[in-house]
Amino acid sequence: MTKIKTQYNRRSFIKISAAAGGGMLIGFSWLTGCTSDKKLKEKIAIPNEWYDLNGYIKIGDTGLVTIYSPNPEIGQNVKTSMPMIVAEELDVDWDNVVVEQGSLDEDAFKNPQFAGGSLSIKLSWDALRMAGATGRRMLLEAAAKEWGISVSDLAVSKGIIKEKNGDRTISYGDIASKAVGIEIPEEVELKDVKDFEIIGTSKKNVDGKKIATGEPLFGLDFQREGMKLAMIQHPPAFGMQVKDFNVDEIKAMPGVSDAFIIDTTIGDSSWSDEKGFNQLIAVVGDSTWQLMKAKKAIRANWEVVSDLESSETHQKSLEKALMSGKVKDIRKDGNPDEAFKKAVKIIERTYSSPFIPHNTLEPMNFFANVTEDSAELIGPTQTPKALEDSVSKLLTLPIEKITVDMTRIGGGFGRRLYVHFGVEAAAISKKIGKPVKLIYAREDDMTQGTYRPAYLSTYKAGLDENNNLIALSVRGAGLPEGPVFPNRFPAGTIDNYIAEKIAGETNVTTGAWRAPRSHFTAGAEQAFLDEVAEAAGKDPIDFRLELFDRAINNPVGEKHDYDAERYAGVLKLVKEKSNWGEKKPGVYRGVAAYYCHFSYVAEVVDLVMENGEPKVQKVWCAVDCGIVVNKDAAINMIQGGVVDGIGHAMYGQLTFDNGSPNEMNFDRYQLIRHSQAPKDIEVFFVENDIAPTGLGEPGLPPAVGALANALYQATGRRLSKQPFSRYMNVEDKQLIG
Amino acid sequence: MPTFNLKINKKSYSVEADMDTPLLWVLRDHVNLVGTKYGCGIGQCGACTIHVDGNAMRSCMLQVSQAQGMEITTIEGLSEDGDHPVQKAWLEHDVPQCGYCQAGQIMNAASLLKNNPNPSDDDIEAAMNGNICRCGTYVRIKQAIKTAAKL
Repeated sequence: MTKIKTQYNRRSFIKISAAAGGGMLIGFSWLTGCTSDKKLKEKIAIPNEWYDLNGYIKIGDTGLVTIYSPNPEIGQNVKTSMPMIVAEELDVDWDNVVVEQGSLDEDAFKNPQFAGGSLSIKLSWDALRMAGATGRRMLLEAAAKEWGISVSDLAVSKGIIKEKNGDRTISYGDIASKAVGIEIPEEVELKDVKDFEIIGTSKKNVDGKKIATGEPLFGLDFQREGMKLAMIQHPPAFGMQVKDFNVDEIKAMPGVSDAFIIDTTIGDSSWSDEKGFNQLIAVVGDSTWQLMKAKKAIRANWEVVSDLESSETHQKSLEKALMSGKVKDIRKDGNPDEAFKKAVKIIERTYSSPFIPHNTLEPMNFFANVTEDSAELIGPTQTPKALEDSVSKLLTLPIEKITVDMTRIGGGFGRRLYVHFGVEAAAISKKIGKPVKLIYAREDDMTQGTYRPAYLSTYKAGLDENNNLIALSVRGAGLPEGPVFPNRFPAGTIDNYIAEKIAGETNVTTGAWRAPRSHFTAGAEQAFLDEVAEAAGKDPIDFRLELFDRAINNPVGEKHDYDAERYAGVLKLVKEKSNWGEKKPGVYRGVAAYYCHFSYVAEVVDLVMENGEPKVQKVWCAVDCGIVVNKDAAINMIQGGVVDGIGHAMYGQLTFDNGSPNEMNFDRYQLIRHSQAPKDIEVFFVENDIAPTGLGEPGLPPAVGALANALYQATGRRLSKQPFSRYMNVEDKQLIG
Repeated sequence: MPTFNLKINKKSYSVEADMDTPLLWVLRDHVNLVGTKYGCGIGQCGACTIHVDGNAMRSCMLQVSQAQGMEITTIEGLSEDGDHPVQKAWLEHDVPQCGYCQAGQIMNAASLLKNNPNPSDDDIEAAMNGNICRCGTYVRIKQAIKTAAKL
């Protein structure tokens, strides 16, 4: 057993108790049962009294237990997996658990409440276990006191406390009222991994039934009596800003109660304030459709304030940046220049990918109710704290006067790390003096920015006469941030190595997009290594394993950012599971492995060609993400990452003319569909006792490389420019995106 | 504003709306049935799929004035207690990630199975191709449809 110091104090306890009562929202139930069994539901009555044990746990007098899930739920399933961790240490029957989404209160949760960087479980692992173990300890102490014996005389299983040397038992529900008065222990014991009963199993999504029956869950579904609806119109191009518009005409339209320009400029802004446009036209009314019609009738004067860029200028900017020598980050081992001179074979290739939008299926939206001295914000955000900070700055309102509640979120992918839509809702609510729900149309969403940056990287490798890789260089530029991670693989495996990260310039706003930079770099690097392995006459898996052997036994340089044994481990696992080396007529295979967000994933893609189109038949994934909390949901995450990686590498592109995106909706912007998705995706996890690491992002990057490598086997062409579908049948390799 | 009489999930509703209002927004804004989702507004994503006289339709493409006299079923009315075979299969396979598109997927899948009780993989792909899942749950959706076909 591990001992852990608890971080609770009286203050945090009192604060969350107040939030638990006051945070419940009228007409919008957050309560979600973990059991879909109707009979079981009837068996556990709704409690008359609830007892708060700490920020996470409320125990009802009937034995029903509420566990608050602190972090935003964007589809990564933390609303199920986080409470599973609490329930494990609390030793409660999962069927007796209901889950509620916690409000923003990082002080009480002892946990950073955001969904980003695949960090939710990694960063809260200790806090969640501590919460459960603290609750368990308090309940045990209450029972020990009641019976006049010591805690060491007690055992507990599934919410029933039992006297070890006697017959007495008492349930959590029956003792909970007495546990509330127990002093919060300074130190608690955590379970051994081998004793886990909930963690490592598969528990169904706690919102599953509500999703399948269409109950209100998402920000777009939120309603409040007396609430207005609002939509925005942003300038049609990056580099433009609104001057004025036909305000009187718009205000006179049916169903429009108000129209005006809002300014959401925040002086002391942070990274999460990234947005396409500071000034926006807002229209307010009671019907979404009438607001959509009003938006179409807007005639505005837009001023050009900076360059109106196009896809051609973006390509030139990237090429210019790559040649500029303005390196932001670098790693250099040995003497690459000399080594390349000695090389017998040189392989060189340039990879690129265009800007792409996140396209969460639920468009941006937020509810705000701003009064003279308060602001209430409810909706889909990956960063509730950042939203609170920005609204505080915009309205010059103290943090204590602002509350943030998180709805279930219809897709994140990084898009909702940026808080502008919540800030815009607050600005509109302040202006009209009423509660309001802001809704983006798909077109607003797709053309507003915070896109995945556009990238261009050149890889070069040198082989000696014995086909040993003696030199490798990578030089990568992005608009605006370069995609290179200088200390990641293959750093540490090659004597002469140079990696340079270069920034370019654009006025198109960009942001984190699922597995930022990794999604591109994994595709480029893993496709390039496939080409190098071929030139060296080696099997692509054996070639990589040789490199990892070098990193394990005699690493080059002072440090590298990965564990070579775990990296090699997933490659070996996927090799075994996919029967690598087996040849099937008409089936083409590619492999890739990547490390990001502290997890290792290797993937093998099998595809066939039908009428010149690739059809992915099967993908094998080997994953090392430490302890897996909720197995079936973890498989779902990896499967989703694979589909996302293949889909965007094949089809994703946003092109520009005169500062405006050409693709504004799903008629021209292609997302992967049923018939294009892999037929089957099988996922295998490496079993170990390492604390959990990322799952939401690491499944995506290797899919891009494995797909490119399988496409090479199928077509004989090294596809280095994304989206692959655009370049598959194009002989002109200079075509730019 | 004209008044329209609609039959939704076997209940009668009388709504005042512009006659060109898409049924999607009547459902969401006027009668508070928000299970039907807005994704694109141009019939490309399938998030707003409902049943009209028993057939799957995009509610963003059907004007309220055209919907009078038709039997409209939304995800809320697909079954009494969420026990339609497709809903049960969705829970069994734990299909959703974010969940936003799933009401539309379920409505389309229910319609597919009504017309074709034993669909092949190709049938499923053809019928479901208009429903985008941004999270990429396609593999599970296909499995769930096959399970639902047996229920």
